Amino acid sequence: MSSQDAHLQQRESPRRTFLDTLLGLGFASTFMSILYPVWRYVIPPANAEPATDSVVAGKVSEFRPNTGAVLKFGTKPAILVRTSDGQFKAFNAVCTHLECTVQYKSETSQIWCACHNGLYDLSGNVISGPPPRPLEVFKVNLRGEPGQEDVVISRT
Amino acid sequence: MTEHLFAWLDERLDLSELRAFVAEKSVPKHRHSVWYYMGGITLFLVGVQVATGILLLLYYRPSAGEAYESVKFIVSQVQFGWLIRNVHSWSANLLILMAFVHLFSTFFLRAYRKPRELTWITGVLLLFVMMGFGFSGYLLPWNELAFFATKVGTGIAGAIPFVGDFMVRFLRGGDDVTGATLTRFYGIHVAILPAITTVLLGVHLLFIQRQGMSVPPSVEKREQAGEKIPQEPFFPNYVLHDVMWWYVALAVLAALALFLPWELGTKADAFAPVPAGIRPEWYFLAMFQTLKLIPSHVLGIEGEMLGVLGFSLAALLLLVMPFLDRGAAVGRPSKIITAAAVLTVLYLIIFTIYGYLAA
Repeated sequence: MSSQDAHLQQRESPRRTFLDTLLGLGFASTFMSILYPVWRYVIPPANAEPATDSVVAGKVSEFRPNTGAVLKFGTKPAILVRTSDGQFKAFNAVCTHLECTVQYKSETSQIWCACHNGLYDLSGNVISGPPPRPLEVFKVNLRGEPGQEDVVISRT
Repeated sequence: MTEHLFAWLDERLDLSELRAFVAEKSVPKHRHSVWYYMGGITLFLVGVQVATGILLLLYYRPSAGEAYESVKFIVSQVQFGWLIRNVHSWSANLLILMAFVHLFSTFFLRAYRKPRELTWITGVLLLFVMMGFGFSGYLLPWNELAFFATKVGTGIAGAIPFVGDFMVRFLRGGDDVTGATLTRFYGIHVAILPAITTVLLGVHLLFIQRQGMSVPPSVEKREQAGEKIPQEPFFPNYVLHDVMWWYVALAVLAALALFLPWELGTKADAFAPVPAGIRPEWYFLAMFQTLKLIPSHVLGIEGEMLGVLGFSLAALLLLVMPFLDRGAAVGRPSKIITAAAVLTVLYLIIFTIYGYLAA
């Protein structure tokens, strides 16, 4: 490299740095303006959960004593239990441990989560197993003509 | 930091060959050079399609019951969902447009002549695949227009001699356009065609790198006469020029996606009458219009069958063009072929506009 070339390069160097920085900033802002919408897009929108406060589970006559039924309560499952003495009890059927859906065990009259062997009594309290909290209790009301009553489950 | 990373990779992969290739590669500069960028723009748009297509997959549901709703969900609920879908739709159209521009520019510059016959063939096949993407993707939102356009489009396949009936059933996944057609088109759109594209595009680009840029016969003559054609270093000069064109494409794309939202229309209903003004995407319009104009019977042959045979012949001629224009390899391109190509371009443009106005 001749001394003149070296001189030239030295003189051009700040200008080159400036242009390179400008170009880099241009590319960076392009990528940011593309990445931002993409980033927001991949995050799913919050489900507008329909606020379900009560559902009609069915007629009283449809439920035999000492059975349980899992039914839809809004977007979540609920469990309706008819005890041996004919009483109705309802709970949120989502196990408080890892969100499996619980079921009714007629042999022991308990609510059981098959995933990790969690057991609840008919008040929703944990008897044994890993669930940290009792099941959410729903209110059960009977509505309508005697003998033809609807079983209505509602959030208390 | 880049140097560090490069050194790290170099130590493991020995990038000296790649480095030498990048350093030595140059692109000829002449008055037709601008057409070299058309392929690059097309490639850029392919990238946009892949990226936005993958994003749409995150929310799209390919079933008759949910497809329309899921697209609606994307454009109305998901943040920037409208943008992703608009960009995907508009980019698809720009992509086909640029593929045509790239095709005709390489055609008129005779870039297909020896030794680049295979590059041309892979390119023409890619164009067909891109049209397949357009046709299969059009159905996916499961709206009325798409539903009937698919009925008509697959129906045309029924005019193919001997295998027509099979083709219709094969494409539709049954006798009618139903949810089965939708899942089938979805599979074609997101798995089969992308796989074919990957191979064809890989080969297409590899050939271009192996063979270097073709120069038109006029420039080649000057070169043979001893004139030195100026060259531009591929890196960074040409690459930056390429990127500049990508910016232009991006700006056009963004403007279209922002100001002309892609409509969703009404959900497909198999029992609703065909909506007025039904027509396919613009790149099928010339074909559509031609089929409308052919009489129902010509010399005892069904009009539709004649049309389909005509299109197939045109596609075949396009594919084997390098082998028809033998003189081009020695710098004497056929005048007849040029004239035929000019007429074809005019025909496509006029019939596309005609089809647009007539519908």
